[in-house]
Amino acid sequence: MTVWPEQRSLVADVEFDTVDMTINIGPQHPATHGVFRMVLTIDGELVVDCEPYIGYLHRGLEKLSENADYRQAMGWWDRTDYLAGMACEFTYCQAVEKLAGIDVPERAEYIRVMMTELSRINSHFLFLGAFGADVGSFGTSFIYAWRERERIYDLFEEVAGDRMFPTYFRIGGVTMDLPENFESRVRWLLGSIEQGLEDLDGLLTGNEIFVERCRGLNPMTTERAIALGITGPCLRATGLPWDLRKAEPYGIYDRMKFDIPTGREGDVFDRYFVRLSEMYQSVKIVEQCLSEMPKSGLILNPNLPKTLRIESGETYVRHEGTKGEYGIYAMARGGVKPYRMKLRSPSFCNLSALRELVVGNYVADAIIILGSLDIVLGEVDK
Amino acid sequence: MVDLSFGDTLFGFWNWVDAIIRILIIVIAMTVMVIYLTYGERKVVARFQQRLGPTRTGPAGLLQGIADAVKLVGKEDIRPHNADRWVFEFAPFATFIPVLMTLVILPFAKDWGVRNMTLGLFYVFAILGLNIVGIMMAGLGSGNKFALLGGIRAAAQMISYEIPLVLSLLSVAMITGTLNLNIIAEQQDRYPYIILQPLAFLIFFTAMLSELHRAPFDIPVAESEIVGGYFVEYSGIRWSMFQLSEYAAMWAFTVFGSIVFFGGWQFPKGGDWGWGWQLALTMGKSLTFIIAIMWVRTTVPRLRIDQLMSFCWKILLPLSLVQIIANAFIIVYGGEYWLLSLTSGIGAIALVAIIINRAFRRSTKTTGLVGAYRSLQVPAP
Repeated sequence: MTVWPEQRSLVADVEFDTVDMTINIGPQHPATHGVFRMVLTIDGELVVDCEPYIGYLHRGLEKLSENADYRQAMGWWDRTDYLAGMACEFTYCQAVEKLAGIDVPERAEYIRVMMTELSRINSHFLFLGAFGADVGSFGTSFIYAWRERERIYDLFEEVAGDRMFPTYFRIGGVTMDLPENFESRVRWLLGSIEQGLEDLDGLLTGNEIFVERCRGLNPMTTERAIALGITGPCLRATGLPWDLRKAEPYGIYDRMKFDIPTGREGDVFDRYFVRLSEMYQSVKIVEQCLSEMPKSGLILNPNLPKTLRIESGETYVRHEGTKGEYGIYAMARGGVKPYRMKLRSPSFCNLSALRELVVGNYVADAIIILGSLDIVLGEVDK
Repeated sequence: MVDLSFGDTLFGFWNWVDAIIRILIIVIAMTVMVIYLTYGERKVVARFQQRLGPTRTGPAGLLQGIADAVKLVGKEDIRPHNADRWVFEFAPFATFIPVLMTLVILPFAKDWGVRNMTLGLFYVFAILGLNIVGIMMAGLGSGNKFALLGGIRAAAQMISYEIPLVLSLLSVAMITGTLNLNIIAEQQDRYPYIILQPLAFLIFFTAMLSELHRAPFDIPVAESEIVGGYFVEYSGIRWSMFQLSEYAAMWAFTVFGSIVFFGGWQFPKGGDWGWGWQLALTMGKSLTFIIAIMWVRTTVPRLRIDQLMSFCWKILLPLSLVQIIANAFIIVYGGEYWLLSLTSGIGAIALVAIIINRAFRRSTKTTGLVGAYRSLQVPAP
């Protein structure tokens, strides 16, 4: 900075030269939620610059999918948003079904929506727990959230045979029928989820320090959020009720009655609160599915070809993923493999706003802001 | 030479031999205490978090602390290449020694401590402030930026909170008229000083949490931000020295607090049931304190550094000064004790009201959402 001669004062002369410090947060840091790295330039406790580095979890998902059969690639898509594997499978299946023109039996549609919503609850629970830990509540929120997540995973295991990466959906339906006691089991689970939500609500939202840390931190306008490409709960926190489940209903979401919770300020607290409120809506959707679902029937389209060959075509399918707009662009040019698969991952797009959000805040707040974006690195790095 | 003993020496030895024996007893007791405090903390926190805590090592996991200690001693002592060697290696001791020195003057039972000092209360303030030196040494000497941030944060925080801490104790000292901890405990045979000075106790408890780096003031060691702060580069025995001094400081502080505000070894209504009961009473009071600290830790998140500072300088410090002025007026003009109780009680209510009012105002000002998700406005899509 140039100091003009007339502005030179005695104070400026005796002032020490201060230098900004660069600290490297990640890739092995408890608050980066995986293997994300950000290099913060700090002036005392204030962040002056932030440079995110990604790619530590890159597995070449899109290329791998181009080298696998349409049905084989399912397992890779589980591992994008690994907190809500079923939701990713749903998008992938719909993309391929749209390309190939395959119908899905009604019962399978209900099962898919139910599993997707349970995954959403699961993912948001992890957000609540980890966000509480970011703000500093010594793991209590984490354990509270984990209790419910374990129960959801137990249900997934019973239904699909695996917990985190179930690979349960199939092109044209789902793999297995539901277990016998499924309905009562889920109803019990939903009660337990609501109990867990109330516990977490009391622990975090009812805490003055938590609110003081989050309220008014980093507010964002809807216009800015759209300009930055932010979607999902972070966009809804700014007050725009944009939810693809309502805006462009897919599957059987047009039959479901639910509300879109929105915030007002777009600050960190609203981002947290929109997610918390959204989970109650997901519980409502699962309840509706349970009561409306056909009690028996096909779960897989019986007219599927032995080998799925798709003539040329291209499609873009976008769903309301747990983190935002989860879109898959699929292109086929004949044969058993797709020509191109492209993932529009919400975490990646939300994360790209990080620098603008973080600069000018305290280091402690930078951690919270990163947490409030709720990224999952499997999706960012693909 | 000033006689610092309690009069009778153990086993009739010379005074200095007696002092060494007493120090040895205290050091052993402290080690055992710290081992079981870590175990106890893990158990208590686990119960708050719907877990079991350690169960596998010994009956109910009772040997867990010993196993951990043995493991830590066996670990490699790593010194980073760019660390300042002597500063880095002496920092754990510089942190630990003041804590040990504090333990020397605490009376655990009637007329039983290591040394009986006339200026005991003053000694505690003076010595506990030295703790910062070790932490700063660790922060600056580690050659790590997280450690540096932690050290600076610790220094800023501890120096700020030292002031309300000292002032709150000073207001008690105005009533006691002595600084000898043994006599302060003895004076509380009718009622403990918390009844006379509830505001001082609240300020003391808050400042104590801050001095001990416990939640919600664990900013210097913030796990999710600076990954442990000043001791991030330490390993093995040096790391365990930091843990030892942290828990020993917690013990020393709680015993000290229970002596000043709850009468220490004194029974609530007076009476003398022998030293065994007195020791049990001191320990019981301090353990209650410790469990309260752990309870706070599991429940509340962490403050930001500016919020921490404004809470100290804008709320705690003025209130403690007001209390000292009120005490001075009452004592100089020969007021009754219930006046002390009244003024301090009003102050305590004011402190709680300020905190609650802030929470209330914040929650209702913008949306009115706190703890009531159902009132959330849901616009029609």
